[in-house]
Amino acid sequence: MKLLIKNGHVVDAKTGLDSVTDILAVDGIIHDIGSDIDETGCEVIDANGLYVFPGLVDAHCHLRDPGYEYKEDIETGTRSAAKGGFTSVACMPNTNPVLDNEALIKYVINKAKTDGIVNVFPIGAVSKGLKGEELSEIGELKFAGAVALSDDGRPVGNSSLMKKAMQYASMFDITIISHCEDLDLVDEGLMNEGFQSSILGLKGNPAPAEEVMIARDLILAEYTKATIHIAHVSTELGVDLIRNAKRRGVKVTAETCPHYFTLTDNACEGFNTNAKVNPPLRTQKDVDAIIQGLKDGTIDIISTDHAPHHIDEKNVEFKIAANGMVGFETAFPLAITYLVKPGHLTLKELVYKMSFNPSQMLGLNKGTIEVGKLADLMIFDINEQYKVDVSKFESKSRNSPFNGFSLYGQPQYTIVGGNPVVRKKVLL
Amino acid sequence: MNLKSKDLLGLRDISAEEIEYILNTAKTMKCIVTSNNKKTAHLQGKSIITLFYENSTRTRLSFELASKYMGASAANISASSSSVQKGETLIDTGKTIDAMGSDIIIMRHPMSGAPHLLAKNVKSSIINAGDGMNEHPTQALLDMFTILEKKGTLKGLKVAIIGDILHSRVARSNIWGLTKMGAEVNVSGPATLMPPEIEKMGVNVFSTVQEAMLDADVVMGLRIQLERQKKGLFPTIREYARFFGVDDKRLKLAKEDAIVLHPGPVNRGVELSTSVTDGEQSFINEQVTNGVAVRMALLYLLTRRGTVNEVTD
Repeated sequence: MKLLIKNGHVVDAKTGLDSVTDILAVDGIIHDIGSDIDETGCEVIDANGLYVFPGLVDAHCHLRDPGYEYKEDIETGTRSAAKGGFTSVACMPNTNPVLDNEALIKYVINKAKTDGIVNVFPIGAVSKGLKGEELSEIGELKFAGAVALSDDGRPVGNSSLMKKAMQYASMFDITIISHCEDLDLVDEGLMNEGFQSSILGLKGNPAPAEEVMIARDLILAEYTKATIHIAHVSTELGVDLIRNAKRRGVKVTAETCPHYFTLTDNACEGFNTNAKVNPPLRTQKDVDAIIQGLKDGTIDIISTDHAPHHIDEKNVEFKIAANGMVGFETAFPLAITYLVKPGHLTLKELVYKMSFNPSQMLGLNKGTIEVGKLADLMIFDINEQYKVDVSKFESKSRNSPFNGFSLYGQPQYTIVGGNPVVRKKVLL
Repeated sequence: MNLKSKDLLGLRDISAEEIEYILNTAKTMKCIVTSNNKKTAHLQGKSIITLFYENSTRTRLSFELASKYMGASAANISASSSSVQKGETLIDTGKTIDAMGSDIIIMRHPMSGAPHLLAKNVKSSIINAGDGMNEHPTQALLDMFTILEKKGTLKGLKVAIIGDILHSRVARSNIWGLTKMGAEVNVSGPATLMPPEIEKMGVNVFSTVQEAMLDADVVMGLRIQLERQKKGLFPTIREYARFFGVDDKRLKLAKEDAIVLHPGPVNRGVELSTSVTDGEQSFINEQVTNGVAVRMALLYLLTRRGTVNEVTD
């Protein structure tokens, strides 16, 4: 099968490609990049006026399968990812049962092969059952196909266990993705501790609850010489701590999510449970610091933290509402609208953050447009504005605070292994 | 005039003009409460439900009597005996009550924002009778009514609110209401019980009770939940009383004719000394009477909202 993408503006981080050209994929592999490629026998996509990126890679999502399929499953989750321009996603292990053993890692991989329409890479649990008490069988997880380790959704509260996890994981060359949260400091906080929590009368979750744990994990990573990835950074001091650690040579990468560079805790106004997320939405100075961290390279990755929840888990009192928002279908347009359009990031820098760097962190051979690589691509129009409509999401869930937002950069095509799964914005 | 919203969820979202209108209406209602014949027809044919997810004696009774004095059909639901125990959601509970023809649901809930959620999902008017740490608007209205009775105005008064501001829905509603009506509000209490950036609500924050109370026209104590001490928010009740309690000596720092208020029940010897609680400057019992009047006014105004039967008060 031959797929020819004609006259798209191709942007690639690794090769530095940044020009209008054609891409020919044969049997799923990029065969040629250049102008005037022969169209004979090809399915042709006219990308004139459009940008072509390597397919987006999400280092942090929740597919809810197994156990919570009423929120999302591998089929709907990957359809949602494809709609958002993602060709590869790494899913977190806080399922039911937890992805803390070989059989469950294989379950996800096998189910993704039959039900998934984008590549799915499972992340294994650091500790058995996410209890933070005993290490999972990290070696077996790695050899079963886990691309990273995380107890995401919960911190590894025991510092000694975290140190051992880092040491042990290093032997298998697998990265720990740390959910940084000191639960004692959170103290049942429901939203960012600050003026908004004061006036809404909601218990506050202070920024130090995240920062203290970031500091701990950076110290442990420096001590053990392990590689660590800090998940969903949301605070100014968190960015500073990571920046300083990088200067000292700590092997740390970091991610943030679109809601942390677009929204503040004002979004919780009216007890809006769609803005309830963990870590919580912070203040404008934190948003500014996150953007600065993205600009100066402190934050390497933009991940979605796609966290679908059923409407009955959100249409309740704020205190008991689930944390999280759906992310796949808005992440890229939010990055284009709030980072690229205002000039904070170039398109090439965005390719690094949303495709090449997450691929590198997870050890995937993806995230670049090169001859001989799999043709995982996404194509978008940077100038066309559209209105987010959650009722049209491919995800099973609708919990997004971005409903009604006007954004740019909606993916037009998503191509997985040379096979278009989204064509002219329509999922096939 | 009519109230703009179908609900009373808090004082944050209503105008000074509406507050003034409620307080004026309450003056009329107080005449009924203090008369020999406490039966009127203001709410005849109306159905009023109290839906309490938290125990409360005085607020619930106050609303019940207010409803009954004006001839409404009133019924109570408490969480302990309701479908909550069977796992029914708040919205489903509200819709069920709504479907039975209720006009007003008076709701108390331990979670902030619960009445806001219900208000969006039912046709009945919702009155917030206290939600978590958020607001307790009828308490603040009765506080303001009492101040108004004693001082003749709210504008320009200095009101000192002392104690656990962080967890106090009474404090929040009073801050919204009093600042809107032109009063100056001072707050003081243990730093662990002070909400962050509270000064942005337009209040003065003092680290000592003495500073907050200096030249105050009104001193408002707040009830301390004694279990907070076990959570380490302050070391001991004894220490709390010593540094944050209002006693005769501290009360002298306020204006000579200052009045003392408290939402009750008072932990005697903790927030207020017994001599202050029972003293001449205390209007704590009067607050209770005024509570019924204010709630009558609100029930009347909310049920009348949207009709053409406006009467002059």
